[in-house]
Amino acid sequence: MLGTAVAALSATGALACEADGRVSIIGNEFPAIQTVAAAAGECSGIEFSSNLTADHQTLNVAGMTGDPAEYTTAIVANSSIVALINEDVIQPLDDLVAEYGQDIPQQQLITVDGKIMAVAFMANAQHLVYRADVLEQIGADVPTSYEEVLAAAEQIRAAGIMENPVGGAYAAGWNLAQEFTNMYLGTGGEFFTPGTAEVSINNEQGVEALEMMKALTEYMNPDYLTHDSNATSAEWEAGNVALMNMWGSRTGVLMDDEGSEPVVYENTMVGGPLTVGDSGTPANTLWWDGWTVAKNISAEDAAATFQAMAAGSSPAILDETTMSQAVWLMEGYQPEAVNEGVLASVAAGSTPYPMRPFQGLLHTALGDNIADYLQGNESAEQTLADIEAAYTAAATEKGFLQ
Amino acid sequence: MKHSSFFWFVLPSALLMLTFIAFPIISVIGQSLYQEHEQVIIEVESCGPFGCSVTEAVDLEATEALREAQPLGEWAGLAIYKDRNHLAIAEVGEAWTSRVSTGDFFGSLMNLTFYRALAFTLTYTAIVTPLTIIFGFLIAIGVNAVARAMRGPTIFLSLLPMIVTPIVGALVLFWMVDARGVLGTALQWIADDPTLSVKASTPLMWIMLMVYGIWSSAPFAFIVYYAGLQTVNTDTLEAAMIDGATRWQRIRYVVIPHLVPLTTFIALIQLMDNFRVFEPIVSFSAQAHARSLSFAIFNDLGGETRLLSSAAATSVLTIIGVGILLSPVLVRTWRDFGKQR
Repeated sequence: MLGTAVAALSATGALACEADGRVSIIGNEFPAIQTVAAAAGECSGIEFSSNLTADHQTLNVAGMTGDPAEYTTAIVANSSIVALINEDVIQPLDDLVAEYGQDIPQQQLITVDGKIMAVAFMANAQHLVYRADVLEQIGADVPTSYEEVLAAAEQIRAAGIMENPVGGAYAAGWNLAQEFTNMYLGTGGEFFTPGTAEVSINNEQGVEALEMMKALTEYMNPDYLTHDSNATSAEWEAGNVALMNMWGSRTGVLMDDEGSEPVVYENTMVGGPLTVGDSGTPANTLWWDGWTVAKNISAEDAAATFQAMAAGSSPAILDETTMSQAVWLMEGYQPEAVNEGVLASVAAGSTPYPMRPFQGLLHTALGDNIADYLQGNESAEQTLADIEAAYTAAATEKGFLQ
Repeated sequence: MKHSSFFWFVLPSALLMLTFIAFPIISVIGQSLYQEHEQVIIEVESCGPFGCSVTEAVDLEATEALREAQPLGEWAGLAIYKDRNHLAIAEVGEAWTSRVSTGDFFGSLMNLTFYRALAFTLTYTAIVTPLTIIFGFLIAIGVNAVARAMRGPTIFLSLLPMIVTPIVGALVLFWMVDARGVLGTALQWIADDPTLSVKASTPLMWIMLMVYGIWSSAPFAFIVYYAGLQTVNTDTLEAAMIDGATRWQRIRYVVIPHLVPLTTFIALIQLMDNFRVFEPIVSFSAQAHARSLSFAIFNDLGGETRLLSSAAATSVLTIIGVGILLSPVLVRTWRDFGKQR
């Protein structure tokens, strides 16, 4: 209620949304999502609450399983929507779109097997972030491949500018698995035998991806296995890093004048996606963030939720402050320099993060095992075999494999 | 006491223990014996802002009927316990038959998630428990010797590590041992190695986790021992002094025998706590170097796809582990109890 009151005070009056029912949001916490949630809360006549937290994934399924569901909408990404679809806790939006969402452009609608399951409002990707002054000092062009990153890193180290010029969110667990996913797709690898849940990463591409990751870690801070996106950003702002693969949604913070010296933030530039080897596929993944509507709620609450969220992610929320928060998918979005990396990734044909029900199990297995190889405890083939075995056991338990 | 009054006396606590301890454990055991139904995988077209693609999905209608009929899942028996992410019976057998040497066998064993977690958990328990007891005892002896006026503040300071929230305490230490932190830089200076990093080395990370474990639980041992010290018979102590016993001899022959029953109690609690080591691994982002059984449970439940049965199986194995660890202490307590009667 307080949130509604505060939002109403700061309202520009651009939103015309009126609905009757309960709207309760669960979602991740970063500026763009906060903007959407605040705008949704401005809807008049609704009973509004929101829970934005980095732990949203551990809460959303449980919070939507009850009847009526605690949360009427979950803000999800292409990786996390599959768990909600599998647990059957979100409803197809076709009827609601027909009734209240006529002006939502087709490209924002996420359809699975012909049914609209979510409405996306922003895109995200990891891409190169570089220090223009450092590259100028060594006389190198902006790298477009990881091979060029390695060459530039060697020059920077040799010139004595930085000891560990490469950064990356290589913290064991989710982050490390994400970096492998990027690299493996970049080598042209396929995670599964098509049409089945049988994993197939123990191959040439898998080894190539691991070897490139290890080569990069030679130029990273030795503590890289504990560096998540936050710690990597902190390293960047401290001026210790000149080249890194980073989330588009986090580059705004690096380029503003808070938390770092002018020499760092003035020279922080955004590049495109990096490639590895000669497959031609960029070594990164495309992500969308969007909202869903819970299944176990009354028709009235579902309608109210849909209307509030549609208003919260309408072109009307775009203004000077919100414009640069993300690569918005709404009409009227004007890209800024900070967002070019994500747009370049879309243009370069990067692969969307797979929406497979069992991809998350592989992601966990990757995050648990890759550190062994990077620390030099075992061979790449052994690590890949371990990942496959760990995944297979987990997928059998979940009923994906027999 | 009459049987009926005894019954009514313990009924409330028995009910609470049943509700909050026994039933959850039974439910966890039940969960660990089931796995999910076969999920029928179909290929569907999914579209979004980046275009359309064919991807695998679960045929919900086909699995729904199975779920309705058996909501717990499919009976798996001990299959989850035996799979590679737990006891890995097949893999261990394979490693044993194909071993070149005993070292080679243990190498293969350490490549299996469960045994690696077990190895860290046991090492942690074996090192942290006795050191906690020793340090707690030394602090208690020290504080007991401090002038009476200073005891209040000294006790408060000694208890601080236990008062500080575990996650916060661990994070503070984590930042201090960073290569650019106070302790990290000091270590580099002492070792005369500017590239030394605690967070990058598995042995150092293990040591740091154990140092944290001792630091955070020594106050518990201290406060128990300190309370015990207040009940030491002063007549015996004075008699020992008159007989010419040194301070060390008084501690060895009067104080320590008096505190032995408390040591059993502290050992019991600390064995249980240390076997479930969890927070420091999260706070220190140590999962690349060290995993415990509790961390494995957390990891199963924290992914995008929750592995309920796997987490349940690891929980049951942890309970069994605690049981085995505690059995010597429990047997001893039981015998002592028998003697007294």
